[in-house]
Amino acid sequence: MSAPATAPARGGGDSSDVLLRVENVVKEFPVGSTSLFRRSRDVVHAVDGVSFELRRGETLGLVGETGCGKSTLARCITRLYSITGGSVEFDGKDISKLEGGDLREVRRDVQMIFQDPYGSLNPRRRVGSIISDPFAIHGTLQGAARKRRVQELMELVGLNPEHYNRFPNEFSGGQRQRIGVARALALQPKLIVCDEPVSALDVSIQAQIINLLADLQSELGLTYLFIAHDLSVVQHVSDRVAVMYLGKVAELADVDDLYGHPRHPYSNALLSAVPVADPNAAAQRERIVLIGDVPSPIHPPSGCHFHTRCPKAQEICVTEDPALVPRLGDGPGHVAACHFPVADGEDLSKARAAIEQEDATDAEDVGAVLAGLADTPGFTEPTRQEEAR
Amino acid sequence: MALLEVEDLHVSFNTADGVVKAVRGLTFSVDRGQTIGIVGESGSGKSVSTQTIMGLTAGARVSGEARFEGQNLLTMSDKELRSVRGAKVGMIFQDPLSSLHPYYKVGWQIVEMVRAHTNVSKAAAKNRAIDLLRLVGIPKPEARVDEYPHQFSGGMRQRAMIAMAMALNPILLIADEPTTALDVTVQAQVLDVMERLQQEFGTAIVMITHDMGVIADIADDVVVMYAGTAMEKAERRELFYHNHHPYTEGLLASIPQPGADRTKRLLPIHGTPPSLIQLPTGCPFHPRCPYAFDKCVAETPPLRSVHGRTDHESACWLPTDESERVAERTRVQAVLAAQSEIDTEVAKDLTEVTA
Repeated sequence: MSAPATAPARGGGDSSDVLLRVENVVKEFPVGSTSLFRRSRDVVHAVDGVSFELRRGETLGLVGETGCGKSTLARCITRLYSITGGSVEFDGKDISKLEGGDLREVRRDVQMIFQDPYGSLNPRRRVGSIISDPFAIHGTLQGAARKRRVQELMELVGLNPEHYNRFPNEFSGGQRQRIGVARALALQPKLIVCDEPVSALDVSIQAQIINLLADLQSELGLTYLFIAHDLSVVQHVSDRVAVMYLGKVAELADVDDLYGHPRHPYSNALLSAVPVADPNAAAQRERIVLIGDVPSPIHPPSGCHFHTRCPKAQEICVTEDPALVPRLGDGPGHVAACHFPVADGEDLSKARAAIEQEDATDAEDVGAVLAGLADTPGFTEPTRQEEAR
Repeated sequence: MALLEVEDLHVSFNTADGVVKAVRGLTFSVDRGQTIGIVGESGSGKSVSTQTIMGLTAGARVSGEARFEGQNLLTMSDKELRSVRGAKVGMIFQDPLSSLHPYYKVGWQIVEMVRAHTNVSKAAAKNRAIDLLRLVGIPKPEARVDEYPHQFSGGMRQRAMIAMAMALNPILLIADEPTTALDVTVQAQVLDVMERLQQEFGTAIVMITHDMGVIADIADDVVVMYAGTAMEKAERRELFYHNHHPYTEGLLASIPQPGADRTKRLLPIHGTPPSLIQLPTGCPFHPRCPYAFDKCVAETPPLRSVHGRTDHESACWLPTDESERVAERTRVQAVLAAQSEIDTEVAKDLTEVTA
């Protein structure tokens, strides 16, 4: 299921040109093997049939909460994991079954920036040698040419090229992330998968890296798959955004469509929960507080994965998995997997599910509990004064 | 009298590399029922200051005063402090997995905490633990009370921590990055619970965070910290819409605003925070400040009342009058815009070199 082109990509290039096509990708991890010789039957459904296209020069944002499978998907695309099912087509070629030298060829074009700028750099190696690794692995550029190229890269990402011989611990978090960016750029890749590249950084540093990635994209014509849980950051950098929940894409649309007219109740809840650094906007906004937690990906709920927490859930959501198609007369570029999509201006915070859900407490219950707590003798005035004496 | 008054707090640690001055002259106060937000980047001293107030920084050199209900917490004996901690002042930390003991059942940990401070029976304490877990939105609390921390999800652990912190109706709750490790929807749940508890019990909250969004949501007053000291203090709306200190301005400009023009670049603060061992002279922010002038390098600015308001203080040498400050902002922004054009030129040349 793919979304045809609707809007031109911001980063330039031919917008109808598909660079990466992910089709029905499934990734499962076996868990809980009790015996050494018996294969376990339980599997974590980390990625559960994801399809999308990535066009040349665009940035596709991928958002979702912890455990929704976004990082696993990134690793499937870069072939750090081999996939359980489906196909990943890069530049018109299926790369999901490649091995050895063929895979190495692809890795030139597909690079990755990792979340943790501390864990992703070897502390015992000098920065120059870390950045020149790609050249060593792929056997390009030798000696002085290699060093010159590394220093150019360092300058490109805003590092001082004279720091070539320093160790990673001599750099701050933001600078380390720049080293990671330089390493990813070394072989002039076409696609960079950014897995939470800024979430470990302080806000002022975060903005430096976001600007750097934007500059590099417009200068080098890069294509990004940008994974983050911070929805404001994703809105800022992306042309299109996919929302993931429990291994599936819940909604995929142009960034303005998704943030302006979210159709899936989960997208609505996610957007309403984003803290906004603006007190007036924060006061006006109605937070949709979801009940409960994300269910286990070992036994995901039947039908729509979100039905256990969805304020609009009905009987059909339990039995039938909704297709990822345009809803409510949206254009072909805006798809949502929901039986009861949210119309513009609909107030979800008042909605109540028509099926039974594991709800902890009602508002009235909480009031009663609170009142009871305040009155309980022995608690309101603890006897600590005597103890202290 | 304010509930908690921190005055001229200094905290430093001896390390192999030298003396780390983590907190340098921090003053703030919290009123009953008020939420005060302390915001700053990593290493700004926001956690160290509240941990010191609670006597949790062993081995630190501390000076200054922290009066809670008129008593100085910094000079209290361990025993006196123990009667305040937990009972009158609840604490929530960032990482809920490491603040719950993995060997003991969640309910038992709450019961233990209740019984350490009161004379109630075990059964009563357990009932209270169940009520508290229900209150913070944990499903089936009767069963969950006998589970271990690893059986809880991250959000549930943090809610269990809140339940524990609120167990004895504390007057003050210190929340140190309580939602940082959580997803946004869980963060919304946790903030919701905290707000509800505050409304019901009138608890004062000290909310430590690096997230301006959380501050905008729940704080009444805000303290912006940088390099161990308060840079600006103001009421929430004043801080967001009429900030004075360039650091506050920089922090807000670095955040992508929802709905803002996406083609516009973010305006990051240049450089990195200073080393707390060797601080810059004068204003600690001057090496990164686009407004910095000679005086900033030579003299450390004190907190002064700005914009003609007594409740708005800023440690900056820029004009205290709001219209003059805005004029200065316009001037500097024009200069910065011109500079960034030059930067783009340089970058273009670079690409040609590397291509």
